[in-house]
Amino acid sequence: MKNLITTPNLPDHDGFYAELLAKHKDLSEAQSHALNAQLVLILANHIGDRAALSEALELAAKDQR
Amino acid sequence: MPYDYKPFPYHPPRGLTEPEATHPVIIVGAGPIGLAMALELANHGVRSVVLDDNNVVSVGSRAICWSKRSLEILDRLGVGDKAVEKGVTWKVGRTFHRDKEVFNFDLLPEDGHKMPAFVNLQQYYVEQFLAEAALQSDLIDLRFKNKVTAISQTDEMASVRVETPDGSYDLTGQYVIACDGAKSPIRGMMGLDFDGELFEERFLIADIEMQADMPSERRFWFEPTFHNGQSALLHKQPDNIYRIDLQLGWDSDPEVEKQPKVVIPRIEKVVGHSDFTLDWVSVYTFQCRRLDRFVHDRVIFVGDSAHVVSPFGARGGNGGLQDVDNIGWKLAAVLQGRASPALLETYNAERVHGSDENILNSARATKFMTPSDGAERLFRDQVLALAAKAPFARAWVNSGRLSVPAVYPLDAPDHHALPKASRPGAVAPDARLGNDWLLHQLGGRPVILALGCDIAVDGADVLSPPVSEILKQRYLGLLESAIYLIRPDQVIAARWNHTEPEAISNAIKAMWCAA
Repeated sequence: MKNLITTPNLPDHDGFYAELLAKHKDLSEAQSHALNAQLVLILANHIGDRAALSEALELAAKDQR
Repeated sequence: MPYDYKPFPYHPPRGLTEPEATHPVIIVGAGPIGLAMALELANHGVRSVVLDDNNVVSVGSRAICWSKRSLEILDRLGVGDKAVEKGVTWKVGRTFHRDKEVFNFDLLPEDGHKMPAFVNLQQYYVEQFLAEAALQSDLIDLRFKNKVTAISQTDEMASVRVETPDGSYDLTGQYVIACDGAKSPIRGMMGLDFDGELFEERFLIADIEMQADMPSERRFWFEPTFHNGQSALLHKQPDNIYRIDLQLGWDSDPEVEKQPKVVIPRIEKVVGHSDFTLDWVSVYTFQCRRLDRFVHDRVIFVGDSAHVVSPFGARGGNGGLQDVDNIGWKLAAVLQGRASPALLETYNAERVHGSDENILNSARATKFMTPSDGAERLFRDQVLALAAKAPFARAWVNSGRLSVPAVYPLDAPDHHALPKASRPGAVAPDARLGNDWLLHQLGGRPVILALGCDIAVDGADVLSPPVSEILKQRYLGLLESAIYLIRPDQVIAARWNHTEPEAISNAIKAMWCAA
């Protein structure tokens, strides 16, 4: 991974994790998927680094099937 | 007023009564691409025979959006001004989700170009203008109702069997150019594979005539409220003709959908009234396919016979005209003994590249418009939802990325500090030159454009206009001088900040594929 940070980088990750779950609370499965999809798109735009995004996709897809 | 389809004259060809000498070029198909091909070759002094099984221009609007590059090419063929004058000029596209506008684009935000970003003009007008010009040319032998039924080739020539109302005859040419469209009979006769992707979706296209005061814009709707389908497109054309494309779904029956009693109520919903007449209707599916190679020795494929794309990017007709632009000067040079057939191989490489770019873009747009169930649908819907609340997502809404000329991957001298727009492989950007235009001055010959310096070389005419602000922006950037070698198809072949005549001579040799 040349462009993607895979070592600890986010302060208060426990807090973020809790906030993420809180936003999904009481959502149907379809609504949860929609929320996640929008989040991916928003974060991709924010990151703005095409190579890092390809590496993130690689990492996420690894061992999924 | 609906278009008046006048048949072109048929004359019994000479070959029926006596054998004809070998022609330099036989062009099969007198659609926009075949006719443009003949005119382009004539511009380079090459004679051709054009064969077409029909004797009228295309029925229905079909290809309607002609890009700036196409208009520049048509201008060189003598019909650019006519096309702009008759056509509806537009540059703004608006995309709606349900009733709300989510995205708009301006395709030509800068001025200083002779030609507009796009002109909407029914294919039959483009064919008519090209056919009229071809009929005027001494170098073009246009034969209607001449249908090719067989093809063969040797190392030196290609032969076709031609059927006419008065019988059949044989015709040979040093080259045969297949401009016979998406269903290319020549491709079929040669047994060539035409691989790619078929999208399981059906679209209804209709031309309607109505009096309306619509702006000259492209309008596209995702999930329109007026049509129970996924998308709709509206384009204004000349003569109060409007073009409407409606996505129907894969389960629909094309024969049923084409019936006026089914079509008319749909269109009433789009335009909000019934005060219109139906001019033409067709149903089609999206496909992206291409031949593995466009050059098969003495038979060359140009336009839809070589590649087809789905339509919402105006990359079919415009891509075909770029093929014409690319092959014309090369084939002329080979036929006139100024270059070896190796030059034709660069047509294959460059236009396969251009075609892949068109296929990539139109396949992506198609996927966005017709997502399959599951993740494709999820992300498509969420891009649309996000577009309403975040500006970045508006540009992600893909209703077709409109045709721009391919930038060919040339291995050529370049200078990193010169502007990106005029890099080697790109079409030279136009600019005003006094009372004329740069592209008009370039014409169809090799040119050295020398800015802020003087140079003389053999093998190319030198153009050294005064450096205007626009020329500076498009060709110099922050540098004081630059030398550009520009090919006969107005593509930048090489460029330097400073250089020696020898380097230019070498680049000219490379342009002609001469060792």
